[in-house]
Amino acid sequence: MSFHPQMPYGEGWHKSERATAEPGPPFAFSAEHRAQLEELCTHYPPERRKSAILAALYLVQAQQGYITGNAMRHVAEVIGCTAADVEDVVTYYVMFFTRPVGTYVLQVCRTLSCALNGAEQVTAALCRHLQVAPNQTTADGMFTVMEFECLGACDRAPVVMVNNEHWHECQRPEDVAGLVDGLRTGGLASLSTCHLVKERT
Amino acid sequence: MFEPVLTRHINEPEAYTLDFYVRHGGYQPLRTALGMTPEAITDAVKRSGLRGRGGAGFPTGLKWSFVPKDIPKPKYLCINADESEPGTFKDHVLLERNPHLLFEGCVIACRAIGATACYIYIRGEFFHLQEQLEAELVKARAAGYVGRNILGSGVDCDIWVHRGAGAYEAGEETALIESLEGKRAQPRLKPPFPAVVGLYGCPTVVNNVETICNVPVIIEKGPEWFAAIGPEKNSGPKLFCVSGHVKKPGVYEAAMDVTLRQLIYDYAGGIREDRAIKAIIPGGSSTPVLLPDQLDVQCSFDGLVAAGSMLGSAAIIVMDETTSMVWAAKNLIHFYKHESCGKCTPCREGVDWLYNILDKIERGDGEGRDIDLLLSVCDNIGGKTLCPFGDAEIAPVLSTIQHFRAEYETYIRTGESPVHSDFRADEPVAAH
Ligand SMILES: Cc1cc2nc3c(=O)[nH]c(=O)nc-3n(C[C@H](O)[C@H](O)[C@H](O)COP(=O)(O)O)c2cc1C
Ligand code: FES
Repeated sequence: MSFHPQMPYGEGWHKSERATAEPGPPFAFSAEHRAQLEELCTHYPPERRKSAILAALYLVQAQQGYITGNAMRHVAEVIGCTAADVEDVVTYYVMFFTRPVGTYVLQVCRTLSCALNGAEQVTAALCRHLQVAPNQTTADGMFTVMEFECLGACDRAPVVMVNNEHWHECQRPEDVAGLVDGLRTGGLASLSTCHLVKERT
Repeated sequence: MFEPVLTRHINEPEAYTLDFYVRHGGYQPLRTALGMTPEAITDAVKRSGLRGRGGAGFPTGLKWSFVPKDIPKPKYLCINADESEPGTFKDHVLLERNPHLLFEGCVIACRAIGATACYIYIRGEFFHLQEQLEAELVKARAAGYVGRNILGSGVDCDIWVHRGAGAYEAGEETALIESLEGKRAQPRLKPPFPAVVGLYGCPTVVNNVETICNVPVIIEKGPEWFAAIGPEKNSGPKLFCVSGHVKKPGVYEAAMDVTLRQLIYDYAGGIREDRAIKAIIPGGSSTPVLLPDQLDVQCSFDGLVAAGSMLGSAAIIVMDETTSMVWAAKNLIHFYKHESCGKCTPCREGVDWLYNILDKIERGDGEGRDIDLLLSVCDNIGGKTLCPFGDAEIAPVLSTIQHFRAEYETYIRTGESPVHSDFRADEPVAAH
């Protein structure tokens, strides 16, 4: 008996997608990242180091680009929790990557306000230009295209976020070649970034 | 005539700095509040009529008064800067342009509830704001407005910024607390409410950024002044986010007697290419759509409830006549499917079915029974989940069917959308 009597449960619609993370190469925080983490832990009561798991995982990504099984075990050790606690977190939040990604991860917002302003066309143009499908990385390892949900910048639609941190706003399909070339030659400095309000109004 | 309060100075380049803030009277309300008893602060906020700006519109002073006074545990204030409701981008403006107003509000609120620590939970995607926020915090701490022994009063209150990592559900208050504890952002069963058992098992208040930014204003100008702005029980300045098919999308501050028509046509410049409006989402994707004949409703908590929707996060998304309602519903259900935290079966499984049915209709394979099936699945989600996410995800489906059933029927009968949308791709790309 399924949750809804008219729906065919288990006939192809619902399959577990659980995959365990690659162990990857041995991992330990660099001295600098470890010191940063210890500073962040002081923001919480001493017995609540677990609160810094998210911060620790960002540091893993800063160091290694994506999060491996070995990295999760290392985080568990330095935080003082189980590796399962860490995996639980990694697999929940969309900003943690468990697979290698390109130097530049282009995260195109696909939610309503951006979609109403042409986000579908931007994603299509970007994929065509880079010859990849969403979630794929270009052969040279430079770019990964991803679709993202509302970034909280709907007045500057469509919005592209790069590497979880940098914003590039008001994109049109014809702008994507410039975005890609700009990143290739000028790096992250070529992005429009989040606009100050004075420029918005 | 309404004068902006929260966004008065935002267009001035230095508005975010401590110097600018102090020069314009900033941190004076804090001095006043340090001389008041916690009860007097809470009472002032109650009398102001301030209601939460995060979505539910719960009276802020009342929420604070639920924090037990006599238990020895630490107490916490959490600021909800997760801002993830589609269409919402107002807290970003405050965080970017008026951070000290937020810090000042945090310290005053902490004093009211007896907290000595405050966490600003900021969504991971707002990382570009975090550096500036933390730099300004360092300055506020050095100037004695935040930290130990604030302005020599003996009151301690520290503020920390905590970065999320991409999860809409982290905006739900108990899920936010879970996330702050370093876990998946999944909601807790209530009761107990966070005011009694919250962060680390201690009494905790969760408030939205905009809510707390109103607190120094109430202390400065007085609760009566605040209560006189806008309609009764819907008092104070309010930020509205207008996006979608408008000429000038943006954040606009107004009193809550403003109408949808004024916000869309006067503030946001009307509809692109002067087209006709088809539907309006008034308070973020979780609120039912309204029709163009409802443009004169008042954008207040109570005005929008009376019109059959909600103020929510005051995120107005305007769709013009070329928008397919089936596609719009599917777009939003994709969001909810992606963001469902997976804890409650009806929400997790139901949203998948909603998506599959909408996708089937959109592909041209819809069948006559699909509309009733959608309604039936919604009926199995609404009111059957731990947090309001379940009710939120069915709103776009139920309200588009309610108002545009004929369009759904035509789509199913003919196998294609009755409207052509020039903003869509000829062939949307499929994720790999
Ligand atoms: C699924 C879901 C997402 C939410 N997202 C947010 C959010 O991004 N920001 C926010 O302030 N409140 C959000 N809320 C509302 C919070 O649960 C909570 O009511 C609010 O932060 C309380 O603050 P307030 O009383 O100041 O409005 C969300 C609620 C739900 C159910
Ligand atoms: S819909 Fe794209 S930023 Fe909100």
